Amino acid sequence: MSEKTKASEEQIAYANVLNIGMWFGLALLIITFFIYLSGVLPSYVPIDDLPKYWTMRVHDFNVALNAPTGWGWASLVGKGDYLNFVGIAILSGLTILCYLVILPILARKKDRAYVVIAIAEVLVLSLAASGLLKVGGH
Amino acid sequence: MAHRHSFLFIVVLLAAVLFAGLASAATEAAPAMQGHVDPHAAAAPAAPEAPRSSAPWWIWPLALFIVTFILGILAVLGGVGGGVLFVPIVGGFFPFNIDFVRGAGLLVALAGALAAGPGLLKRNLASIRLALPVALIASSAAIVGAMIGLALKPNVVNTLLGATILFIVIIMATAKKSDFPHVEQPDRLSQALGIMGIYREESIGKDVEWNVHKTPMGLALFVVIGIMAGMFGLGAGWANVPVLNLLMGAPLKISVATSKFLLSITDTSAAWVYLNQGAVLPMIVVPSLVGIMLGSMIGVKILAKAKPKAIKWMVIGLLLFAGLRSLLKGLEIWK
Repeated sequence: MSEKTKASEEQIAYANVLNIGMWFGLALLIITFFIYLSGVLPSYVPIDDLPKYWTMRVHDFNVALNAPTGWGWASLVGKGDYLNFVGIAILSGLTILCYLVILPILARKKDRAYVVIAIAEVLVLSLAASGLLKVGGH
Repeated sequence: MAHRHSFLFIVVLLAAVLFAGLASAATEAAPAMQGHVDPHAAAAPAAPEAPRSSAPWWIWPLALFIVTFILGILAVLGGVGGGVLFVPIVGGFFPFNIDFVRGAGLLVALAGALAAGPGLLKRNLASIRLALPVALIASSAAIVGAMIGLALKPNVVNTLLGATILFIVIIMATAKKSDFPHVEQPDRLSQALGIMGIYREESIGKDVEWNVHKTPMGLALFVVIGIMAGMFGLGAGWANVPVLNLLMGAPLKISVATSKFLLSITDTSAAWVYLNQGAVLPMIVVPSLVGIMLGSMIGVKILAKAKPKAIKWMVIGLLLFAGLRSLLKGLEIWK
């Protein structure tokens, strides 16, 4: 690959963080899923009972099971099913981390437009992740 | 030989879907939920009155793994993302509520995009300069789409999903692609943002310079794409690529790669909304995610020998079937 067709510094930095985070999150998700299936940890919803609930709308599911919304799952990671949310949250949060990694590079290059875009994206994704956004009941 | 392989995939997939349908038919309708458990009750959940399945629980994740494994192969061979096949097929033929299917669909599309992203960025095929402005628009819209989708009734979602899938079928069947679109004059916005690049096109052994035009119109379309991605949990490669390639004039390889990378950002925002609303069930997500990723790996190996055109039409046929199923399910004609 010639010099001019090479990916930019911020692109390589983004790719490196994404690569490590993706494999880490995926491996964790698979490990925690086997822990869940093995029954080593108790499940919040007993596995045998799941078919009674997964036909429900999510709102009814939450009410019927008193299931947590937002970041409420974090207090239940001792349960086999909610332990899986750690890997899911890592995969879902990885993009925010990647943006934070490229921000200083963009700032150093005085790429103001992309600094603003990257900050705005971090804010948008953080808002989505915050759990502050509520969906109306049914 | 390739045709025989493709035919075999379709037969196995249909058998798996049929199996799921038959098992679903074994679901006995119990009286509708009479009331809710006290939300302030102790953490141990009480079983509500709800449809009961006579099939053991493990049948479903196993069937899901088999179906998504085959979908992963077909997605690679057909040149589509996993999410667009996953949501209508799993939503149409498995007993899971469409809320959980969409949450899983987003995570399936997200995982695929996260896995592909590093390689595409390092090879300079996915362009961060093209992706970042588009992603900001699409990911903001995807949040709105996810919130709308979770507020709608399932039959409305299924009807709209069916109509969208049929629209995608038309796009796939008719849209042309352009390897190197001609961009006479880059627009002011793309120039101001420096959306341009140069990459090595191995097929012709040359470095290809590219830039884009019609950026404001492209960004406006990504509002619609983002909303649909969030609402249906589909991923959105089917829409990203035509807009980047045909409208904005990015080369096809850059469009496909940037679209894939873009999904890792767009789907992230929508996935958080589903996650925070509790519309993510590990028992649906993990077998699907592993199945589709393993299938994709096999698909990449088969791709070298397969005839993509024949497979593309099979995928279109499959989407047509799944889209009709969603539409008729939503309209309560085929329950």
